[in-house]
Amino acid sequence: MSLYSVQKLIYNLNRDPSLVERFKIDIDSVLTEYKLTEEELSAISKPDIGLLYVLGVNGQLLMHYAALWEFEWDDYIQAMKDGIEEHGEVRAGMYVRTGGGYL
Amino acid sequence: MSLVFAGVCSHAPGITGRAERADPALRDGLYENFGRMRASIEKSGAEALVVIAAEHFANFFMDNMPAFCMGMADDYEGPIEDEAWLGIKRHRVPGNPDLAERLITDIMQDVDLAYAQEWKFDHGIMVPLHFLTPRYDLDVIPVNINCQGPPLTPLHRVWAFGKALRDACDAAPEKIAIVGTGGISHWPATPDSGKINETWDRDFLQKWAGNRKEDLLAYTDDQTYAEGGQGGFEIRTFIAIAAACEGNTGQIWFYAPIPIFAVGCTIATMQVS
Ligand SMILES: [Fe+2]
Repeated sequence: MSLYSVQKLIYNLNRDPSLVERFKIDIDSVLTEYKLTEEELSAISKPDIGLLYVLGVNGQLLMHYAALWEFEWDDYIQAMKDGIEEHGEVRAGMYVRTGGGYL
Repeated sequence: MSLVFAGVCSHAPGITGRAERADPALRDGLYENFGRMRASIEKSGAEALVVIAAEHFANFFMDNMPAFCMGMADDYEGPIEDEAWLGIKRHRVPGNPDLAERLITDIMQDVDLAYAQEWKFDHGIMVPLHFLTPRYDLDVIPVNINCQGPPLTPLHRVWAFGKALRDACDAAPEKIAIVGTGGISHWPATPDSGKINETWDRDFLQKWAGNRKEDLLAYTDDQTYAEGGQGGFEIRTFIAIAAACEGNTGQIWFYAPIPIFAVGCTIATMQVS
């Protein structure tokens, strides 16, 4: 579990337009710079927004990553709900406190 | 007495980014009260606006997370988010490094405070500024309290910060306005987005308006999370304002849950003396 690295990548993308350019052209070269598991790599590149939520990515970061992939707001919210259906409860991070589902 | 205005307001990105999807009557009531707050700040003659915010991983991350940070830059830029997504165009916001340095130096006597000469404003500051200084011609000094990445800043330290900020403002010859922005209950950017605990919000606002220090500092993070969601951690920004105005009470100008804005939208002020 390297939630820290997943969140750091999204944090950096949010702050650096030139990184976003590079990410769009050659995602793999950017991803090699972060310590990520296979599951995290595939969730980021697909992207599987629901799985990223289940892995524990904070919504304050994740909503911007979804917007980068042109998710409309309602689709972003739905993707997280679908993620819980498909992958189960949130596994790490702040939202574990809710018991992992949604209320 | 150089603190001339104190207030609190919401900052949810939906307030500007999803404006057309809200109940127009509620939205317009909120906007009207933001306007009323702008008029009050202008009338106070404030030469600088200190915004006490709870930013959302735009500048501060778990690689080096300060409990408190204050800006000391010549100017700032925001929003860091996509302009269309937030519904706010990118602007340069003037800072006031000279005043900021004096405030920081004074506050540091009482509270360990980080400072920053680089800061990209996110919605947590840009949404309030969009309404409160729409021409971006008032000097802004940002403050961040860690409300996002646990372990969070303890509430009694937030109180100490608010007191220290007050003393620092009083020692400065400039007229200063302070606005805290955050909460109250919300579950932003999660599957629970739109859920609002109005009862919990109103109870908190009563304690805040009464400036009931003991009640305000009695909140625990577990209780806040259960009742008010992770967005509830942002009560820290309101508590800092109450501390800066200790002994005085507040007035709730506007409160209404607006689900598409994902928060109980709040505008309130507190007497400074
Ligand atoms: Fe916030």
